Amino acid sequence: MDLSRFNSRRFLVPGLIILILLVLLATLPFYGQDYLVILLTAILMYVILTVSWTIFSGPTRYISLASAAFFGIGVYTMAILGKVLPLPVVIAVGALISFILALCMGLLTLRLRGMYFIIFTFGISELIKNFLLWYETNITNTVGRWVIRVDHDQVYYIMLAIFVALMLTTYFIKHSRWGLALQSIGHSQEAAAHRGINVTMVKVITFAISALFMGAVGAIMATRWAYVDPRIAFNPLLSFMPVMMAIFGGMGQIYGPVIGAAIFAYLEEFLITEFPYHYMLIFGLVLVITIVYLPNGLVGLVQKLWKRSFRGQRTNT
Amino acid sequence: MFTTILDILIGGLIMGGIYALIAVGLSLQYGVGRVLNVSHGEFIMLGAFITYSLYTLFGISPLISLVICGPFLFIIAFLIHRTLFQHLRDTSESMDAFEGNSLLASFGLLFIIQNIALLIWKANIRGYSYLVYSVNIFGAVFTTNRLIALLFAVVISLGFYIFLTRARLGKAIRAAAQEPTTAGLSGVNIKQVLAICFGLGALMAGFAGVLISMLYQMQPTMGMEYTIIAVIVVVLGGLGSITGSLIGGFILGLIGSLVTHFDPGLSLVAYYVIFIILLLVKPTGIMGK
Repeated sequence: MDLSRFNSRRFLVPGLIILILLVLLATLPFYGQDYLVILLTAILMYVILTVSWTIFSGPTRYISLASAAFFGIGVYTMAILGKVLPLPVVIAVGALISFILALCMGLLTLRLRGMYFIIFTFGISELIKNFLLWYETNITNTVGRWVIRVDHDQVYYIMLAIFVALMLTTYFIKHSRWGLALQSIGHSQEAAAHRGINVTMVKVITFAISALFMGAVGAIMATRWAYVDPRIAFNPLLSFMPVMMAIFGGMGQIYGPVIGAAIFAYLEEFLITEFPYHYMLIFGLVLVITIVYLPNGLVGLVQKLWKRSFRGQRTNT
Repeated sequence: MFTTILDILIGGLIMGGIYALIAVGLSLQYGVGRVLNVSHGEFIMLGAFITYSLYTLFGISPLISLVICGPFLFIIAFLIHRTLFQHLRDTSESMDAFEGNSLLASFGLLFIIQNIALLIWKANIRGYSYLVYSVNIFGAVFTTNRLIALLFAVVISLGFYIFLTRARLGKAIRAAAQEPTTAGLSGVNIKQVLAICFGLGALMAGFAGVLISMLYQMQPTMGMEYTIIAVIVVVLGGLGSITGSLIGGFILGLIGSLVTHFDPGLSLVAYYVIFIILLLVKPTGIMGK
């Protein structure tokens, strides 16, 4: 078997596909309609949330439901600072605050396991939401806030830039000693600790990196929404969606969550316009069916089918 | 002063009684069946809305609805467990994986139930008044429906506790909670017991829903709040402990009543603060081992 040909093809073909996709995405505002740009911005938002969720929760198998907290912090950073500071600075600040919150949360909670961790992360985002609701109604006497408007091409490019940065980060984490450490933590924490891995540090920092991207995407997305209140910014759906999308796509490969989120986000857009009254119902059904029939996601399914046909060919010859 | 304290105390007991009912249901579903059912609140909502429709359309008293809603929701939940959750239990590679999968599946159920309810009852806020006579207890004034709700919450909780500790099926349930494999070897039909537990959880949610419909206004999206309260109470009482959930319910109800007295907007915030401190300091809860 010619290994070198196999190897070069393995890198050349995906590399080319990624390059073409990136060029297509980057030039989209020049030939695409406005609607397409806005749609892709919404899809990219979910893709970024899902992939950054997977950075931490994929290998370690800790199901975090705090995505809404980090996203919402980004949203509120933009709502409060958007009028004062330039756009990139606000996004960076949103990302940084999320990062710091995640560091603190991580240090406090990552010793909790399984269900306790899930409940805790969910509780934190709901706590922030309810506190903000109370604060806004009683102290500042407003419930919602207006956010500065930004041209949607600009929003799209910022989103794309965050996406590219995130994919590079994911790739480097996965193909580094750090990624191996994460995986061994996922398999067995005790064994990883005995191997000399600083389990707490690896977990906390990875958790914070994933929060960083969620904060950034929240900050930029706030400008698309124009009006935000705590219920919108910290919507618990934003915590559940990334989990769902990642499972739907399959977490075994880097591109799994991307595909899952893209399909799910498009499905959401489609269902909202076609069946505005039934869309959440259909959504629930898709969700249950995914969990029952696609435990390894779309990518897992394709791989299984691929393997089966491949094996079939080999036995035939 | 005295009437204020009495007001907070009895108000807290009423809230607590309902919280206890809700939490016992969730505790049963999680403690025995390992399903953290986030659609628990949707069953409460169904109970409340069925009662509302029966009362406004046919004039059936909410107290009679208790025996209609409870069993009806029991059957639905029993069937859901036999099909969906049993399948997940069989196909998940480990118990941890099952806990994650069942949580997500129940999230799907939440959407399905909530949106069916939205299609039937629309998004309007609804309510009805039943037995709203004022009763004066040592100066503090309460309406009859609230006192009846408290009475029923206590009677149902106690009845359920006695069922679990005395009845043969109750013993089988507790055995399945402790050691599913050994319980199975001793002749307990595990699949049946797990589905019954899930059904009993919905039964409790249904009862709570009926009582809630007598006291508060309702809308199809109300379930989530009750689910969250139930989760907090269950953690407060210790995951899986029925007694803990009963006590935890009353504790949280009293705290809620006290906070509401000063600032109603802060009651949910207070619940979360207690919840998070609890998870950090004593995640096993008051009755946990």
